Amino acid sequence: MSANAVRSRSGIHGHETASGWLFTGPVLFLLGLFLVIPVLMALWVSFSDWGGRGSPFSAGVHFIGFDNYSKLLAGGGLAEQDFGTSLRNNAWYVVLVVPLQTALSLFLAVLVNRAVLRGRGFFRTAFYFPSVTSSVAITVLWLFLFSSTGSVNKLLSYIGITGPNWFNEPSGILHDLLGVFGVQNGPAFLTGGTFLGISWWDWLAGPSVAMSAYIIMGIFTTSGTFMLLFIAALQNLDRDVTEAAMVDGANGWQRFWQVTLPQLRPTLFTVLTLGLIGCWQVFDQIYTGTQGAPDKTTLTPAYLSYQAAFQDQGWGQGAAIAFILFVIIVFFTLFQRWVLRERKVSRRKMRPYLSVGTGSSGVPAGAAAAGQPPAPDGERQ
Amino acid sequence: MQKDTMQKDTMQKGLAVRILSGAAAFTTVLALSACGSGFGGNATSTGSGTAGGGGGLTSSSSALTVMIGSSGNAETNAVKSAVADWSKSSGTKATVIAASNLDQQLAQGFAAKKPADVFYLSTGSLAGYAANGSLLAYGDQLKDTSDFYPTLVKSFTYNNKLYCAPKDFSTLQLVINTDMWKAAGLTDSDYPKTWDQLEAVSKKLTTGKQTGLVVSGQYERLGAFMVEAGGNLMNADSTQATANSAANVQALTYAKKLLTDGAMKFAADTGASWGGEALGKGLAAMTIEGNWITGGMQSDYPNIKYKVVPLPSGPKGQGTLEFTNCWGIAADSPNQAAALKLVEQLTTKSDQLGFAKAFGVMPSIQSAADSWKQAYPQLAPFMDAAAYAQGVPAAKGSAAVVSDLDSKLGSLAKSDPKTLLDETQKNLQALLK
Repeated sequence: MSANAVRSRSGIHGHETASGWLFTGPVLFLLGLFLVIPVLMALWVSFSDWGGRGSPFSAGVHFIGFDNYSKLLAGGGLAEQDFGTSLRNNAWYVVLVVPLQTALSLFLAVLVNRAVLRGRGFFRTAFYFPSVTSSVAITVLWLFLFSSTGSVNKLLSYIGITGPNWFNEPSGILHDLLGVFGVQNGPAFLTGGTFLGISWWDWLAGPSVAMSAYIIMGIFTTSGTFMLLFIAALQNLDRDVTEAAMVDGANGWQRFWQVTLPQLRPTLFTVLTLGLIGCWQVFDQIYTGTQGAPDKTTLTPAYLSYQAAFQDQGWGQGAAIAFILFVIIVFFTLFQRWVLRERKVSRRKMRPYLSVGTGSSGVPAGAAAAGQPPAPDGERQ
Repeated sequence: MQKDTMQKDTMQKGLAVRILSGAAAFTTVLALSACGSGFGGNATSTGSGTAGGGGGLTSSSSALTVMIGSSGNAETNAVKSAVADWSKSSGTKATVIAASNLDQQLAQGFAAKKPADVFYLSTGSLAGYAANGSLLAYGDQLKDTSDFYPTLVKSFTYNNKLYCAPKDFSTLQLVINTDMWKAAGLTDSDYPKTWDQLEAVSKKLTTGKQTGLVVSGQYERLGAFMVEAGGNLMNADSTQATANSAANVQALTYAKKLLTDGAMKFAADTGASWGGEALGKGLAAMTIEGNWITGGMQSDYPNIKYKVVPLPSGPKGQGTLEFTNCWGIAADSPNQAAALKLVEQLTTKSDQLGFAKAFGVMPSIQSAADSWKQAYPQLAPFMDAAAYAQGVPAAKGSAAVVSDLDSKLGSLAKSDPKTLLDETQKNLQALLK
């Protein structure tokens, strides 16, 4: 039906194509000039030996193939080790921030979306506030809160815990946890092998305590934004389906998991994708805060790219890092799309409903359909 | 039902978007035309350099741009007034820009082929810029280079060419909180002369929240111990890696012992960002810092009384690290001749003593040493260190290796000095290939 509507509209207003191009033209031009061309230039730089003086297209700049990439991925030197470290740090950041912030934002959205809650507007604003505050300001605030004598450690001291020196503590939290059980060094099969210059044991170190502070900050700042997306989606949901589920006797918990959540799948995909992209590109917090310290455990690929280019004059390497990061992000986005794809309801899950439909018990077919949660969602797409 | 509402919604949104994007397009066109004229104006005013002036330098009537990485208003104003004085006497206009991020702004200028004409340059970034041809190697055209300290000249020599004139320098010494010193029952005769004495007084000064010695946990401080033990990360010309020498291992082992004994702590572990802050907040009785500490103490902790004494001698005598910056001139500057004259003026004794007064640096020329010491007798140990101080590595890419070492020194107490230095040795050797 929607396809028909679109077709008939374009048929009537076909002559508007020209004005459409006219209006989008300037934006396309700007996008080309400031986005497409620079990206292509950077791609060239990542394959060249450009040293940062003059144009990267000038005569003295040579094509050096995959040299910049191979130094990062198999060079065996400091470059590879730094890159591996930054990937390790950021991977842990993503693994923790993306699910936690999604869960928290959904939780907050459901909370402030409830009609019974008083002062809903206040809470919405309060939760959204960190998102509209500049990340530099929040980072500075965080540096104070999590300093060794800061408020967080003060609070911890009230319950008898000596807080760590957050932004100066390079030990990984998983290693710390294992240390509690007396495991100081990893088994030989983990410490022996390395990947990107980092031993497997170090890959499994978990985020450092310093990075954990950033992780808490990431969750704190972005869950407000995503809460807004979820609220919009929740308000758009059909009351009828929920009511039908109530008629069928589903309790609140079941309604959330079986009725509401499946309907939120498109929004969930948006939130997860945006979260994933944002998390792989962490830069401003690191730039303002620790700049990779302590012990490079807050180094991220985005910051490393900046550092390689602007501070160490390794422009090709900086650009190469950026493109590897691009590939990583695209890969994970596609992977996520695949995981969250629409699936037919499995035969096993369908069985109870099928038996109702085919049986001659006299239950109206409509009621059975309404009580069948995942299916309406499938149709809606 | 939901489908219908959604469709209506997108249609309404579509209209709004159309109106908005129309407005946006209009404003961007305006903005673009404004930008365009701006760029044009710039290009004509600065792009008129002619090569082939005196001594192969470009010269033109272009105004000079001087880009500095300033420590604060005092420094900016001092450089501004010195440059303005030169402008008045030479007739060439010059403006000073205090960069908020010098590395980044310099790099942008070089890439655009419109760099600042004269700029601050650190030891660490010299080799990178010299290698890609951004810098004018004007050392041989300076009237007199013999007055500069030889170690400073070495720091700015790349491929046997002096690239830029040392601007000033700083050294590290031991800074002591005198009230705490007296409270511990120590006198002027107890200032540590050897590593053992330093260890003893550090232990004595460690009580409660106060730590005897607090330093930043990085090579740029602990390297002083390496020099005292007769080592350093690289040789003086930065042509050989000597990171895992026995002397360096001995130095870091000593530092590690101080850490594990509790007599020394890294600033970060006390909650301070650097030694000066630890001293100012009363967390440290002693610290190892450079002559820049005076400015910080004066403005932030005016009530703390402190004294500067030479660092103790190590197994191989006295030693410390020195840090320096130079005045770089861009190879793409349209007016190198004037830039060279400006640099010669800025490195004269009178200008350097002016800078010293304004922001606490030490003149890079030997002839100014005595006047400086007379003016600041309490800081004399910093100047005396010029005789035995050594520079930090200057090979291309060494800055990254040093920062890698710094990141690991933070956990020195838990690691093996030899392993740390072996790793650094490997990384430094990779640079020299």
